[in-house]
Amino acid sequence: MSDDNFARFTKCAVEVLSVEASAIVPEATFESLDADSLDLVELVMALEEEFDVTVEEEELDGVSTVKAAFELITSKL
Amino acid sequence: MTGRVVLITGGNRGIGLATARRFAADGYRVAVTSRRGDPLDDTITVVKCDVTDTDSVDSAVSEIEEALGPVEILVSNAGITDDGLVLRMKDDSFTRVLDTNLTGGFRVARRVVRSMMRGRWGRIVFVSSVVGLGGQAGQANYAASKAGLIGLSRSLAKEFAGRNITVNVVAPGPIRTDMLAELTDDQRQAMLAVVPLGRLGEADEIAAAIHFLASDEAGYVTGSVLPVDGGLSMG
Repeated sequence: MSDDNFARFTKCAVEVLSVEASAIVPEATFESLDADSLDLVELVMALEEEFDVTVEEEELDGVSTVKAAFELITSKL
Repeated sequence: MTGRVVLITGGNRGIGLATARRFAADGYRVAVTSRRGDPLDDTITVVKCDVTDTDSVDSAVSEIEEALGPVEILVSNAGITDDGLVLRMKDDSFTRVLDTNLTGGFRVARRVVRSMMRGRWGRIVFVSSVVGLGGQAGQANYAASKAGLIGLSRSLAKEFAGRNITVNVVAPGPIRTDMLAELTDDQRQAMLAVVPLGRLGEADEIAAAIHFLASDEAGYVTGSVLPVDGGLSMG
């Protein structure tokens, strides 16, 4: 897990989800972060912009943790 | 200049222009789009936009965001008619009216809702028509598009309620605008005969309803359809 990329990921998550940066740890679930489906869509859109990648709707199935979302995004770099 | 930013599509004449002037007079920062983009006056920013073209919508909204800031209120008003009896109506006439009036509203709403979500405040008002509620011989395409806006509006109302964005519809009856000027005198008389208030409405009267739905005071109103039609659509 690249520290730099994770910092960029965290920045997006903090902005979109209005949580503390300390809450963005790999094992955190979006449910525990109080993020609903609309939050997740918003987060993915912010990440797409930040990392200049494209995520298809169906790739989001089963992505429920910070780790899974981070790996999905960075796998595209 | 601290008023909220309002975008009115199809704002160069008729109901759209009256609405733009109403917001401008009240200190809002007002942008309108039109297909030609001809300037109006210095209280209203005019941007050229074709609502049938996603890229055109994107660049028009970006231009407004740069000039005025994020759009907080959308009045989706751009619309066309292409009347004809169904038996002689071409596919192209039907889909073209839907693409402008209904899909156009969807494209613009989708583009502006992101910043509304971020700001946790937003107002969207779709301008439908009494024809969308009651149907009209010779206007199957137009009526379908205007009825479709109600389903679109209520879906958006539910989808974005959690972000403090309200979405409503105003359904004007016969209003004195260019669109109605195309009617013959006989058609106009026949129309007035069925309006309980017995007169045409003024564009300002639609603007007043839109202005209310876009206000802070209307914060508990969402998913509604407000007819402003002299009583035409009541049972």
